[in-house]
Amino acid sequence: MTDTLTLAISKGRVLNEALPLLAQLGIVPVEDPAQSRKLILETSQAGVRLVLVRAADVPTYVEHGAAELGISGKDILLEHDGDGLYEPLDLGVARCRLVLAGPQGGSVAPGRMRVATKYVRAVRDYFADRGEQVEIIRLYGSMEIAPGLGLADRIVDLVDSGRTLTANNLVPLDTIMEISARLIVNKAAMKMKGDIIRPFVRRLGELVRR
Amino acid sequence: MQAGNRHWLLPEGIEEVLPPDAARLERLCRDLLDLLAGWGYELAMPPLAEFIDALLTGSGEDLDLQTFKVTDQLSGRLLGIRADMTPQVARIDAHYLRRDVPARLCYLGPVLHTLPGGPGGSRAPLQLGAELYGHAGPESDAEILALCLRTLQVAGVRGVHLDLGHVGIYQTLLRRLQLDPAREAQLFDSLQRKAAAEIDAYIAQWPVPAGLAGPLRALVELHGGPGVLSDARRQLRPLNAEALVCIDNLERIAALTARQFKDAPLFFDLAELRGYHYHTGMMFSCYIPGAGSGVAFGGRYDAIGAAFGRERPATGFSTDVKRLFFLGSTRDRRATAILAPASELPALQELVDSLRAGGAVVITHLPGQTGGAADLGCDREIVLERGRWVVKPLNCG
Repeated sequence: MTDTLTLAISKGRVLNEALPLLAQLGIVPVEDPAQSRKLILETSQAGVRLVLVRAADVPTYVEHGAAELGISGKDILLEHDGDGLYEPLDLGVARCRLVLAGPQGGSVAPGRMRVATKYVRAVRDYFADRGEQVEIIRLYGSMEIAPGLGLADRIVDLVDSGRTLTANNLVPLDTIMEISARLIVNKAAMKMKGDIIRPFVRRLGELVRR
Repeated sequence: MQAGNRHWLLPEGIEEVLPPDAARLERLCRDLLDLLAGWGYELAMPPLAEFIDALLTGSGEDLDLQTFKVTDQLSGRLLGIRADMTPQVARIDAHYLRRDVPARLCYLGPVLHTLPGGPGGSRAPLQLGAELYGHAGPESDAEILALCLRTLQVAGVRGVHLDLGHVGIYQTLLRRLQLDPAREAQLFDSLQRKAAAEIDAYIAQWPVPAGLAGPLRALVELHGGPGVLSDARRQLRPLNAEALVCIDNLERIAALTARQFKDAPLFFDLAELRGYHYHTGMMFSCYIPGAGSGVAFGGRYDAIGAAFGRERPATGFSTDVKRLFFLGSTRDRRATAILAPASELPALQELVDSLRAGGAVVITHLPGQTGGAADLGCDREIVLERGRWVVKPLNCG
């Protein structure tokens, strides 16, 4: 218990882009996560295991201390409540942008602008900083169709290539934030298991800076 | 899911403690108050509710948000239900006691929070605390640290890790950096998350005076064992004497604590800013394995009495006894009790009275009741043996 490390990570892009970094530290899952149906994977390094969870759950596992470490997109962290996490490294992988987008050539109807998004907090902060009052409509996906169907005037979503926006007749209006995956650490674990976590963070940091 | 069951649901973050835990928790409370009394800490009982302006005087925005408020029907004024007893006890020291000698006060009681503290946290902690007023030196800080460690020991929590920091270091850095309030808030937030990459970005973007980039960047990494202090002396040298005084202060406190508490598990984190808004010197948090967040907190807060008309140095700690109880080993304490038969024969009552006077639990068996000694949680019973009442272990004749 005292010298083991559990790292929570979400399947998909974050996992795929983080695995090569972990491999350079000698941490390789003993089973291929793409093949295995297991959600807890032992690794080549004794005492280090990966737990595969939903992206939005990574900060929750780490904040409760169920996992000491996690790799989570900044988009998820922006929406996460609480202050039980350290965020010592920007891993620079799984990069994308949080973008405000609207219909091509469209104009906004007078009155309160409606913004459809999954990223409620980030959007609230963004418009609050600009002194704009907007109505936020929380959606869980397919935000791109909201303006076309009259549900919202604008959307805020993660954009990688921008092709989905174009296909739905939307244009990016502003980049709210550059997003990438971050290493997160439980505050209590950083202190109590500092002897193993600090070197891990240092070595991973050296890799990322390279 | 019958609607009728819902009567039994408690509000989120509000919990009840049931038998046999309640009695064990109460026993722990007594043990802890005895410990504090043994160190000369006098018990104070601050009121459950107070006028909001008095309750929140000298405290921060956080406490305001944490405080339940109701309108007082008698005065029309706003009442607050205490969310933290520390400011109340400071008021008692400053306003009522007005002693010139150091005052040692302690308190134990429920507080109510509007928001649960952390994931799955309670909104009704049982707050225990000890405060030492009237002495500004490292000796009083060390006494509080040692007493906090002793408290955790009595509560039976193992593997304690005490993390020590000092607000003065960050304050010195801020004074030199001369940031506007928005950037100051950003830096504070990044330091709280130890987000080193963000701090690198600030150094690149903001007009950080020459020589301060090093200390600013170093601060976020300055956590760990005693070696941190010597690293800090080297890396924070550009901050001049003020920061070094803080480091010396921490070193002295640590040394004094170690003398009062053998093998004190002391660690340092110079970027930890929990409670930054009201602390004025050293501050600390205690962590234990199995708890994802801190279990006891404290520090020096010399300014608090000023709001009540009398500024006095102050240092102290507080913790949630209920949380310690469920994390520690005192919950495993076994209850012992003796079953007395339902008998009107003479001499039985005398024996029962003398056993109870000696501190034993004696439960009377009621005529015609269901269940025997074991069902009532008894490990012994009173039996008649050759014409005399004697106490016998269960199942031994």
